[in-house]
Amino acid sequence: MKKQTPDNPADNSLSRVDGHVKVTGAATYSAEYAVPGLVHAVLVTSTIARGSIKAFDLQEAETAPGVLAIITHLNAQPVPGWPAPKQPAERAPAGTAFRVFYDPFIYFDGQPVAMIVADTRERALHAASLVRVTYQQEPHQTHFEKNIGKAAIPLNVQRSKNSPFQDYTRGNAGAWAQAEIRIEAEYTIPTQHHQPLEPHAIVAVWEAGDKLTVYDKNQGVKSAQGQLAQAFKLPREHVQVVSPYIGGAFGSGIRVWPHTVAAVMAAKQVRRPVKLVLGREQMFTSVGYRPYTVQKISLGAGKNGQLQAIVHEGVGQTSMYEEHLERTVQGTRTIYACPNVTTRYRLLPLDVNTPTWMRGPGDATGMFALESAMDELAFALQMDPLEFRLKNYAESDPERNLPWSAKALRECYALGAEKFRWENRQMQPRAVSRNGMLVGYGMASSLYGFHRHPSKARAVLRADGSVTVQSATMDIGPGTGTAMTRIAAGVLGMNAKKIRFELGHSALPDAPGQNGSSTIPSVGSAVYVACESLKGKLLALAGEMDERFKAGRQAVVRDGQVFGSDEDKDGLSFADILKHHHLNELEAAEESKSGAERDQYSMYSFGCHFVEVQVHPLTGEVRVTRVVTCADVGAIINHKTARSQSIGGVVGGIGMALMEHSEMDHRFGRYVTSDFAGYHIPVHADIPAIEVYYIDKPDVHVNPIGSKGLGEIAIVGVAGAVANAVFNATGRRIRTLPITPDKLI
Amino acid sequence: MRPFQYLRPKTVGEAVTMAADHPDAQYIAGGTNLIDLMKRGITSPSTLIDINHLPLKKIEHRYDRTRIGALALNSDVAQHKLVTRRQPLLAEALLAGASGQIRNMATVGGNLLQRTRCSYFYDVAMPCNKRNPGSGCSAEGGINRTHAIFFNANEKPSCIAVHASDMCVALTALDTDVVIAGPNGERTLPFKDFHRLSTQQPELDTYLAPGELVTAIEVQDNAFTEHHHYLKVRDRASYAFALVAVAAALQMDGGKIWEARVALGGVAHKPWRYWAVELMLRGNAPSEKLFREVAEHEMRSAKAGEYNAYKINLTANAMVAALKTAAGIS
Ligand SMILES: Cc1cc2nc3c(=O)[nH]c(=O)nc-3n(C[C@H](O)[C@H](O)[C@H](O)COP(=O)(O)OP(=O)(O)OC[C@H]3O[C@@H](n4cnc5c(N)ncnc54)[C@H](O)[C@@H]3O)c2cc1C
Ligand code: SF4
Repeated sequence: MKKQTPDNPADNSLSRVDGHVKVTGAATYSAEYAVPGLVHAVLVTSTIARGSIKAFDLQEAETAPGVLAIITHLNAQPVPGWPAPKQPAERAPAGTAFRVFYDPFIYFDGQPVAMIVADTRERALHAASLVRVTYQQEPHQTHFEKNIGKAAIPLNVQRSKNSPFQDYTRGNAGAWAQAEIRIEAEYTIPTQHHQPLEPHAIVAVWEAGDKLTVYDKNQGVKSAQGQLAQAFKLPREHVQVVSPYIGGAFGSGIRVWPHTVAAVMAAKQVRRPVKLVLGREQMFTSVGYRPYTVQKISLGAGKNGQLQAIVHEGVGQTSMYEEHLERTVQGTRTIYACPNVTTRYRLLPLDVNTPTWMRGPGDATGMFALESAMDELAFALQMDPLEFRLKNYAESDPERNLPWSAKALRECYALGAEKFRWENRQMQPRAVSRNGMLVGYGMASSLYGFHRHPSKARAVLRADGSVTVQSATMDIGPGTGTAMTRIAAGVLGMNAKKIRFELGHSALPDAPGQNGSSTIPSVGSAVYVACESLKGKLLALAGEMDERFKAGRQAVVRDGQVFGSDEDKDGLSFADILKHHHLNELEAAEESKSGAERDQYSMYSFGCHFVEVQVHPLTGEVRVTRVVTCADVGAIINHKTARSQSIGGVVGGIGMALMEHSEMDHRFGRYVTSDFAGYHIPVHADIPAIEVYYIDKPDVHVNPIGSKGLGEIAIVGVAGAVANAVFNATGRRIRTLPITPDKLI
Repeated sequence: MRPFQYLRPKTVGEAVTMAADHPDAQYIAGGTNLIDLMKRGITSPSTLIDINHLPLKKIEHRYDRTRIGALALNSDVAQHKLVTRRQPLLAEALLAGASGQIRNMATVGGNLLQRTRCSYFYDVAMPCNKRNPGSGCSAEGGINRTHAIFFNANEKPSCIAVHASDMCVALTALDTDVVIAGPNGERTLPFKDFHRLSTQQPELDTYLAPGELVTAIEVQDNAFTEHHHYLKVRDRASYAFALVAVAAALQMDGGKIWEARVALGGVAHKPWRYWAVELMLRGNAPSEKLFREVAEHEMRSAKAGEYNAYKINLTANAMVAALKTAAGIS
């Protein structure tokens, strides 16, 4: 493949440290733990969207071969952390996470109503098909547009004055009406599901003495440990969560979902290790989704292209029993310099399961709308969309009135535009065709807030000179272990091959879950300080052995040895230092967290995407033919894995723009796209070469490693760039995703 | 999945006898469709008759026909010299279907008999006349974006699903026979009479009698090897079923069309042969205008539901595009 600069300079990127075990199948995923005595649980799910269970007919299922137990709300052992169900039973009030096998009520279609435990998965599945449930059906509301009148300020927001989801106005709320050039439009994002290739799965082992071990697919072993300990009223240390390998998650593994609790209930009840793997169709109603969201945007500018007003309103779908809030309208307050900005956010509860965070939550949704609207206004102004954005460049955070910790978005725009050859874009749509296809260019900006959580790491030097670094962080795909190894190798001056990074186990030092693009900023910093601390201890020991290494001198580490200076050729190996001091190992454990800088600077990752599409003029098929993506996320730790993060984000954005759509038949309140034949995600043939560039300048204010988050910013804005390119190609503005041929025909 | 018995015949005779002895049995070839249907509880045979060991893989040329054994793999057929030379439209259609991995398992016989992809059919919790006759058709009045726009004129359809195969669209445009073995020996059916347009018995997709086994298809030599195109319009670049597909084949000489074939996929309960268009094209010089005229001709009889009205325009457009490519005009 062609070498690109600067995203793939002949740098010394590490290849994935776990690449070999993953591609050879040696890595063990949650469903693959061969625990002795394992039995299998399969969920039976509701086929109505609202009502209650009248009766079960379990006769056939109970006598099916291999069945060990059938668990329903009628016979489930109470989960000790939950209050006893009310008598007579009452529907859970809003604000209650769904409790599985707890009461007779149906809150959404696809809700677990019974669980078969059997000796093999096939037998459990067969028995599950024999369970008969009679329901008392009630009218359900799942149709977003038909119920939009019920959208309201979330209860969470009503209760909290300081909630970031409060209505927001800066400047004059009526400014839009006075702007010279105005556009106003509504944008719709349908429900989209994470659908990682690895379905959610768990092996739950309930041992004597009430000890619980789960091998579970999730994005945070520590929070899973805490939540399970709470639900089952166990001391935290009696619960271990083991999740070293995750086959993609995109946000679906942030929470502990009902199926996880169900598997633990089964293990506790049948006193055997239980495996539960969600079927693909169950993935649509079990682990959240990107909520159906309708947004209205009003934009106004002067004839010179100066933004004068933005009004951004968003309504997102949630369940009847729980609120899920997203940053949908919030980026709009920050991204451009505009004196008059108003945002409003509402929720619409429906008879569906609760949505959750999905890559770029809120921001990917909001930026689709805002960046489409910016393109619409640029066209109304007959101004180049990039020039329009530069004209409204925010030199400081207009929402918080703070300086940016660092912002190189201008450099991103310039580099991206140059690599993409944006100057060839034609202002008028339908101006370019190639081989009978309409060609269009589109671009969009991207931003994502900086998140850093307190994190701990431990670094241990062993007698053989190898180092193990540990933290209870996760790798849902970005290559966490690789990046952390890179940080440790850099600090310790060691060959990465002699470093082993351990993650994904709740017994390791505290770390946040993998979400909000916070892993490198948080855990990366902890690894950095832990390794610095280990280096300090090592130098101190070396100093006791040789004057050259004494404190205050210029001792350095290189190739697993301590040297007196950069020029010094006579080193002392780490192993020899331990040996001299009769030490088997040397350990350093540190915590790293934010400080006062959080109040002094506004911290964001920034980026932009440039997209070329080709649209068939007769069939309306859209193909993305070129993408250039450019990000400013501070220092890049490991180019190779960073680059695949960016590529993955763009692929996700293309899916969001062109195909992903969980469609429900509202007569049943049930999804009709419940497999991969119905729920389309991009395949290889849909994805062109994606060029990735980074500014790669450390942000010195955010943390000791100068790195900000990359995972989410990679997808935020992509859908807008695609939609804008489609407009440029065809003159058709598609405001409801996905952009499928039927919408262009 | 319901427990089942597994049988493995060695000869065609043995296979049809087994089928006759087990009325609830189903043949299994590549299993790419049947296994999914069994896993989701749409079909629950008590007996599977694995036909993979029958000698039905051969691809050969006899007299003026290419004969393709029912167990020939989709991928093998698509690249077999006899097919690429004599029936390139068929090869094109096969390669537009599924994915490389699936084509490596899928057989010609199984492709003919694959079930519809109507999502209601695949979800046992929803009413569906095809899966459960008399329960109603959920697609009618439901999400019918992928459903039919052409129907049997003589009946009110009880099922509005479309046939999902790409290969069958090409075979419909060509002159094909299906060779069938049954308890009473062999018979052949012209391809156009193999699938059902009628949905009087929606559970039946074809006129194959219970227990009959497809042993081969035979495709007549033709003069379409130069001017043909299989155009498949889909929601993504690969690995998706057709929204609309067009198999177009022209015999041209001296700047005129002498013979034309147009078949459509994704528009009816079976691949749709466009007879009227073929007549209208004959004897005319190819032009976009002509293609547009003929394409729109039959669209007058199309009927759409709430979500598939786009198919009327799309089908006409796709036909124009396919005919242009086949004729070599831009
Ligand atoms: C994900 C996916 C995507 C796909 N995409 C496409 C696509 O884009 N285009 C397309 O055309 N197809 C597509 N297919 C369908 C695929 O072509 C069919 O599944 C395949 O051709 C079936 O062949 P098989 O040998 O696997 O049949 P099986 O699954 O073994 O059998 C299918 C049916 O045919 C019967 N049968 C098989 N052989 C015979 C015989 N000789 N005589 C009588 N009955 C027989 C079986 O009893 C069964 O009812 C797709 C399939 C999948 C799973
Ligand atoms: S269209 Fe046919 S397959 Fe689909 S629901 Fe109706 S009857 Fe069933």
